[in-house]
Amino acid sequence: MRLLHQRKRELLIVQMEGELDHHSADTVRKELDHLLEDPTIIHLLLNFKKLQFMDSSGIGVIIGRFKTISQRGGKIGIIEVNNQIQKILEVSGLLKIVNIYDSLQDALDNMLGVK
Amino acid sequence: MKAKNEVRIEFLSKSQNEAFARVAVAAFAAQMDPTLEEIADIKTAVSEAVTNAIIHGYEDSEGVVRINARLYDDKIVIEVIDNGKGIEDVELARQPLYTSKPELERSGMGFTVMETFMDEVEVTSSVGKGTCVRLTKRFKKANGEMGRG
Repeated sequence: MRLLHQRKRELLIVQMEGELDHHSADTVRKELDHLLEDPTIIHLLLNFKKLQFMDSSGIGVIIGRFKTISQRGGKIGIIEVNNQIQKILEVSGLLKIVNIYDSLQDALDNMLGVK
Repeated sequence: MKAKNEVRIEFLSKSQNEAFARVAVAAFAAQMDPTLEEIADIKTAVSEAVTNAIIHGYEDSEGVVRINARLYDDKIVIEVIDNGKGIEDVELARQPLYTSKPELERSGMGFTVMETFMDEVEVTSSVGKGTCVRLTKRFKKANGEMGRG
């Protein structure tokens, strides 16, 4: 599992490459928390284009980071979601607290525009 | 009903084996010519069941997880079996958002995901002896046009 990250103002974009399951969840959690130590990050945008698989372990990881982000008044967005992951996100109820955007531009407009 | 094919897989309860287990079962199911969605559903459900065996059955101690997968004309039946601590209250464990280990940042959605992605999920468990999760997935295509196998 590999994480690539990029900043756009107060938004952190993280691209995940690989498979997010119980095995990789610990590494992903630690890396994200390390990145989020920067207090100038308000919003988190996850790019799932190269995420080939996710199970409910990924839901736990996202909910955990949501706590940090919402304390800062921020939002979590996700882009490039495949059908399998979309189903997991729907079933888990995660879409009540996290938005899926159609494109990077759409996410940037919504997440940086509103604030 | 007699299975037309069967595999048995055994592996140590290490989290590294979660990916192996779901890919192995998906590869076995592939001979039924399933849709991509059916393959993804099977991988996801197996991943959930195996993860449960490792985290909850064995609580991260070393044990053996067994998978028996059987193919029938129109479906696959997958049993994920551990000889771990067992589940005291299966009904409670199956509730959405329930987790016995909140400190691990688990979502408590494992069984809900299995139930959504598979046609049937049966759980038999005995405290101190272990747990068997039986997952059944029916293939849509198999009902119309039978493959030769």
